[in-house]
Amino acid sequence: MTDAAGTIEAEQNRNIRKRWLLSLPALLIILVAATGPLLIVLLYSFLAPGPYGDVQWAPSLEGWIGVFLEKDIFDETLSLASAHISIFMRSVGLSLVTTILTLLVGFPTAYFIATRPEKTRELWLFLITIPFWTNLLIRTFAILEVIRNEGLINGLLIKTGLIAKPIQMLFTDGAILTGMVYVYLPLMVLPLYASMEKLDFRLVEAGYDLYATPFRVLRKIIIPLVKPGIIAGSILVFIPALGAYVTPSILGGGKNMMLGNLIELQFGQGRNWPLGSALSITLMLIVMVALLVYVRNAGSQGSRHG
Amino acid sequence: MARAFSIRRQRGFTAIAVACFVALYLPIGVLVFYSFNAGESLASFDGISLRWFAKAFQNQQVIDASIRSLQIASVAAVVATIAATMAALATTRTEPYRGLTLKYAFINQPLMIPEIVTAVALLIFFARIKIWTGYSGLGYLIAAHTAFCIPFAYLPIRARLENMDLTLEKAAADLYATPWNAFRYVTLPLLWPGILAGFMLAFVISLDDVVITEFVKSAGQDTLPTYMLGQIRRSITPEMNAISTLFLLLSIGVVTVFFIVNRKRV
Repeated sequence: MTDAAGTIEAEQNRNIRKRWLLSLPALLIILVAATGPLLIVLLYSFLAPGPYGDVQWAPSLEGWIGVFLEKDIFDETLSLASAHISIFMRSVGLSLVTTILTLLVGFPTAYFIATRPEKTRELWLFLITIPFWTNLLIRTFAILEVIRNEGLINGLLIKTGLIAKPIQMLFTDGAILTGMVYVYLPLMVLPLYASMEKLDFRLVEAGYDLYATPFRVLRKIIIPLVKPGIIAGSILVFIPALGAYVTPSILGGGKNMMLGNLIELQFGQGRNWPLGSALSITLMLIVMVALLVYVRNAGSQGSRHG
Repeated sequence: MARAFSIRRQRGFTAIAVACFVALYLPIGVLVFYSFNAGESLASFDGISLRWFAKAFQNQQVIDASIRSLQIASVAAVVATIAATMAALATTRTEPYRGLTLKYAFINQPLMIPEIVTAVALLIFFARIKIWTGYSGLGYLIAAHTAFCIPFAYLPIRARLENMDLTLEKAAADLYATPWNAFRYVTLPLLWPGILAGFMLAFVISLDDVVITEFVKSAGQDTLPTYMLGQIRRSITPEMNAISTLFLLLSIGVVTVFFIVNRKRV
C-alpha cells in the first residue's frame, strides 16, 4: 500500500516538475523583459537625479517629493506642484469619463450584436474586431484628420460658409476624450458581447410575464446578468486609458498632458529619471487600487446575487 | 402597434449601435479616402491619384522601418508563441498544484501594468546593459516585444486546450506512443488552430506597438509605427494616409485569416 502511494506521489512530483520546466521559458522571458525591470524603477525612484539624465548612486527622496511638491528656486520652500496635480486630475478624470462613455455606447452595441440572428452576428462581430486589431496610432491619426484645423469638420464648415475661421478642436481635453473613446470602444464591446452571448432570454421572458417594463427588465435582469462583462470591459478600458501616451500626445499636444506624457517628459527633456520613476510607480499604484476596487465590487455583488 | 413585440428589443439600442458602427468607420474611411488625394492638403480633394503611395514606396526611411517592423514582429511572435504553447500545456488540464495561480498571474502580468511603466522600466534596464555589454542591436526590441506578446499568444492557446480532454492522449499512450509522439501526432494537430490564432495575435500586437518601442529603440531603429508617430508630430502630408492605408490592409488581412481559423473550431 505505502509503496503504491509512494509511486503515485513520485509520479505526481515528476509531473509537476515537468510542468515547471515547460513554463520556464515564458516565465523567464517575462521576468527579464517585463516584470523584473519594474523593481529597478522602484530602486531608481529613491536615487538622486544625474546631471544629464540617468541617476547618481546616492539615496534621495527628491523623486518622490517631486511627485506632489515643487521647490521654489529662490527660497527653496516647498509648495504643492499644481501642474502635476492638474495632470493627475486630468488623467483620472478623462479615464473615468472615457470608461463611462464607452460603456454607454458599448452596452447597446454589444446587446445589438448579441441579439442578431446567428448568421449575421458573425459579420457584426467582425466589424468590431477590425478596429480592435487596427493600430491604435492609425486610429488616433484618423481622429486627428477629422478634427484638426485643416481637417474634415473645419473644412466642411468653412466650405459651406458656416464659419470663417476654423474652430480650434485639436489640443484640447475634448480632443483627447474623443480620441480615447474612439480607440478604446472595441475593448469595451468585446467583453460585454462575450457575456451577453450567454444571456438566457428565458429569464427576460419571465420578467415580461411578471409585467415588468422593458427598462425594468434591463435594470433588474439583463444588467445584473452581464455584470462580469461590464466589469471586465471597464477594467480593459480604464487601465490603458490611465496610462495612455500616444492618444494624448497627438491630440492633446504639449499643454494638455496626461500622466504618460509627464512620465515621458522626465526621461526626455526633463532629465529627471528619479521623478519619472516615482511617477511611474504612482501610476502603477493607482491602477492596482482600481483593480482591487473592481475585484472587490465584483466579488460582493456576485455573492449577493447568489 | 406596427411592430410585433419582441422580448429582445430595448428601445433606442439599435439606433445607438448603428451610430457606433458609423462612428467607428467614418474616421478610418476619411483617412483612406484622402490617401488617394491628388492635392497636398486635406482641406480639398483634388482628384484621385496614387502619387502618395508612390512617394511612400520611394521613401527609404519608410522601407527600412517597415522591414525592421516585420523582422521584429516575426521573431518575437514565433518565440512568444512557442513559449506560450509550452506554458499553456503546463498550466491547463491539471489538478491545481502549488504555484499554478502564481504562473497565471505572472504570464498575464504584462496586461495588467500600464504600457508606459513597462516602457520606462525597460529603458532604464536596457540602458545599463548597453553600457555593460556595448551591444545595441535589435535584440533589446525583440526581447521586449517577445515578453509582451506572450500573454496575447497564451490566451487563444489556453482556451483551445481547455476544450480538449485528455482521452485521446491517454489512448495514444495505451497504444505505446512515446510522450513526444503522442504530442506530435495527437495534441499538436488538435491544438494547431489555437497556436495559429495565438501567433497571429502576437504578430499584430508586435507590429502595432508604439510606446515600448519608442522607449527601447536606439538611434536609427525606428519601426514603422514610431516613424509614423515622429512624422505625425512634425508635419502631415497625405503620404502618412497612404502608409496608414497599407498598414490597415495588412491588419484587415490578418483579422480575416484569424476569423476563419477560429471559426473552424466549431
